[in-house]
Amino acid sequence: MAQHEWEAVIGLEVHCQLSTKTKIFSGANTAYGAEPNTQADAVTLGLPGVLPVLNGAALEMAIKFGLSVDAQIARRCVFARKHYFYPDLPKGYQISQYELPIVEHGVLDIEVNGATKRIGITRAHMEEDAGKSLHENFVGETGIDLNRAGTPLIEIVSEPDIRSSDEAVAYLKKLHQIVVYLGICDGNMQEGSFRCDANVSVRRKGTEKFGTRTETKNINSFRYVHAAIDFEIERQIEVIEGGGKIIQETRLYNPGTGETRSMRVKEDANDYRYFPDPDLLPVIVTDDEIERIRATLPELPEAKRDRFVAQYGLPVYDAGVLTGEGPLADYYETVVKDSGADPKLCANWIITDLLGGLNKAGHGIQDSVITAPMMAGLMKRMADNTLSGKLAKEVFEAMSDGEGDADAIIDRKGLRQITDDGAILAVIQQVMDANPGQLAQYREGKDKLFGFFVGQVMKASQGKANPDAVNRLLKTALAGE
Amino acid sequence: MHTSSLKKLSEGLRTRQFSSRELTQHFLARIDTLDPQINSFITVTAERALSQADAADRRIAEGTATALTGIPIAQKDLFCTEGVRTSCASRMLDRFIAPYDATVVKKLHAEAGMVMLGKCNMDEFAMGSSNETSWYGPVKNPWDLNRVPGGSSGGSVAAVAAGLAPVATATDTGGSIRQPAALTNLTGIKPTYGRVSRFGMIAFASSLDQGGVVARSAEDAAYVLQAMSGFDPLDSTSADRPVDDLLAGLQHPISGLKIGLPAEFFGDGMAVGVRAVIDAAIKTLESLGARCVPVQLPNAPLSVPAYYVVAPAEASSNLSRYDGVRFGHRAEGVKNLEELYKKSRGEGFGAEVQRRIMMGTYVLSHGYYDAYYLQAQKVRRLISRDFKQAFEQVDLILAPTTTDVAFRFGEKTDDPVAMYLNDVYTIAANLAGIPAMSLPAGFVDGLPVGLQLMGNYFSEARLLGVAHQYQQATAWHTQMPKGFN
Repeated sequence: MAQHEWEAVIGLEVHCQLSTKTKIFSGANTAYGAEPNTQADAVTLGLPGVLPVLNGAALEMAIKFGLSVDAQIARRCVFARKHYFYPDLPKGYQISQYELPIVEHGVLDIEVNGATKRIGITRAHMEEDAGKSLHENFVGETGIDLNRAGTPLIEIVSEPDIRSSDEAVAYLKKLHQIVVYLGICDGNMQEGSFRCDANVSVRRKGTEKFGTRTETKNINSFRYVHAAIDFEIERQIEVIEGGGKIIQETRLYNPGTGETRSMRVKEDANDYRYFPDPDLLPVIVTDDEIERIRATLPELPEAKRDRFVAQYGLPVYDAGVLTGEGPLADYYETVVKDSGADPKLCANWIITDLLGGLNKAGHGIQDSVITAPMMAGLMKRMADNTLSGKLAKEVFEAMSDGEGDADAIIDRKGLRQITDDGAILAVIQQVMDANPGQLAQYREGKDKLFGFFVGQVMKASQGKANPDAVNRLLKTALAGE
Repeated sequence: MHTSSLKKLSEGLRTRQFSSRELTQHFLARIDTLDPQINSFITVTAERALSQADAADRRIAEGTATALTGIPIAQKDLFCTEGVRTSCASRMLDRFIAPYDATVVKKLHAEAGMVMLGKCNMDEFAMGSSNETSWYGPVKNPWDLNRVPGGSSGGSVAAVAAGLAPVATATDTGGSIRQPAALTNLTGIKPTYGRVSRFGMIAFASSLDQGGVVARSAEDAAYVLQAMSGFDPLDSTSADRPVDDLLAGLQHPISGLKIGLPAEFFGDGMAVGVRAVIDAAIKTLESLGARCVPVQLPNAPLSVPAYYVVAPAEASSNLSRYDGVRFGHRAEGVKNLEELYKKSRGEGFGAEVQRRIMMGTYVLSHGYYDAYYLQAQKVRRLISRDFKQAFEQVDLILAPTTTDVAFRFGEKTDDPVAMYLNDVYTIAANLAGIPAMSLPAGFVDGLPVGLQLMGNYFSEARLLGVAHQYQQATAWHTQMPKGFN
């Protein structure tokens, strides 16, 4: 039997670290990369007697997320304790949400191969992150770093609406884009700010009943998610077609081999003994608070893209690229506004020249040496014909090398375009005088030599002559009329 | 000095009849001589006490003292005290030096200027009604050294009853202030849940635990409770409302008050002698102008079973952090992580604590949660509703604190259920979160009997007022045990 007779059913759980300054239940710093255990205060350590106090900023961020996926925001939500013993879980339980999460019933529209598909978001709940167990550098021992413990997370759980690894990645990318846009997550997947568990099962096409699923944990890149899901789908089909049964289990993805392997089977799973945390009162959210938070929501990627198409007359593709990240969209809008140049011209320069270079260097728009006002300065000089496209490229390169803004470079290098007909005609006369043979041949009908004369004129003007004017004036002059 | 009221001690300090250092030395000397008989302290912090006393003397001289500045107090050993062992009377925390102060400790010492004599013995992790579960050995009742002082705040009450400390902090999860206060002739109050911060108070059962005070009179208790109470942003369950003037409340007359007598608390379980003492106390209150009427608390008999689901459930969770990894007892010579957990916890916790962790883990387990925990929470709501309805009819509720006087060591240790039934009269107030107190009401065969008063939420001032007026008319609370007076 072949793969096309099977259908995958995929649900994703995304752990998204909220970018609050302090932890979800204490005043300890959340910044990444500090010396181990320097950001573990008494509450983080779970010392005897300490109590959690909810960080209001984390709650607000969770609500922002809920609003951005059209979800219901619970007017009353409850923190619960999830129990298991592990050295990087200081209290022996994780404070999470169980029966009454802050966010429920949201949706996310994704685009795959030109078609739009709606993926349900079952819920998103707030919880605290665990610390890290470090097995490297310790022989026969485990190091515990509790800096990450207590960092606020939202766990976003999708409906099992996803049918392929492509859809899964499209969903994740969209989700990633939204949380970064909202400013509630830095989106750094390598540092674990945005990580994914994939629940995968397969069933024969046309059947309704779900197959037994496996959960592959902690996949921290889009590429790995794609590979892990593909591997898991193929593995499950092989097992079933080979007469075997899928065991409900937790699996780990190994990026080295591209395979998943069993971590623990369901029978070994913890009984988490959830119950409402008696140290925290139920969280009450009023309509007023929700409306106040709604008013602070930024324009989201889709809405922004549509506006870019309408307002700037951009092709959907360009608008999509430019609205891919909030800071890039802001950059573009600053350039258009400050330069007064053609929005499409600005889009071309930003997408092709600027992003092209940044991507090659692995940088983001934030890292660009050419700031938005500098880019606007360049566009302005193209719009007012000070620069030809060719000169603009030269100025752009100089700006990239940190030589200052466009006007300074133009002045210093004397790159101002020559647009004055008289000045250009003088150069043309000079060129004709210097090349009598070619002139004669041209006038005898060797039209191809026109390009030669253009080149000579541009060369003689050190590339500064306006190419349109050169073309126009040269035609008349060569004809000798 | 050890028989004086806090008010007298405060006056003595202010008028320089004695210094805080002299007062502190007096109590330290008594601890030195007398505590070996009763084992009420786990740690005596003599050096720190004297330096706090000197600081208090300076404050008094500078005129920045509060009414409590310079007065010694003993802390139950589950309030975290920076730089001092905070053991919870458990081997698990035998070497735990708290790196921070509980809010109560901050309020009483840094703010009010009281002097900490030391840390009092208790039942391990506050689990027990006899103080027999302490890793540091049982506390003896100063009224009869062959009997228990009650628990879990057994060390706190024994120290105050024996005059080793003028007053002590205590905590009450199911009766741990009131029951031992009753068995040692003290006045003990458990305020409304949320009135005293739980930050730094090592948790037993978070939704029931409440800090309070044991003292030799309602007036003494009022002084200290006033200083301990108040909203704490570090405790999410803390009540964000102003604290009533408890001292002013002491002056309110009893006359005209309606006191409810719930039939459910006057059943067969009560010893005959106790019944006679309570009846006499009711008569006294009536003679002071109170009107006593029957009141119904129909779900109160379900208190004990509901409590023994909720409290162990929360305890099993709260005590998960003692795993031998970051602090507390860590077993030696273990082969792997699982063995580290099992041996550290097996060695660090005593039998009663282990029993409650087992019970709590069981009732929270998958498939049992609905039948036990959810059901107990429902009962809890019913009990709260009973009180709410009762307080629509009466101002206060009166009941015995315990079924009987202090029992002998070992009498109930083999029968956990008999031990648990000790709290039959006190648990309902914890489940509802209402304030309740015990005050001395008389003696049976030379052993003290406590009278319990329960009030509506945040009615501490009224409770203490009634107790104070009663104590103005009676002398039971002034009795001291022989050998310690």
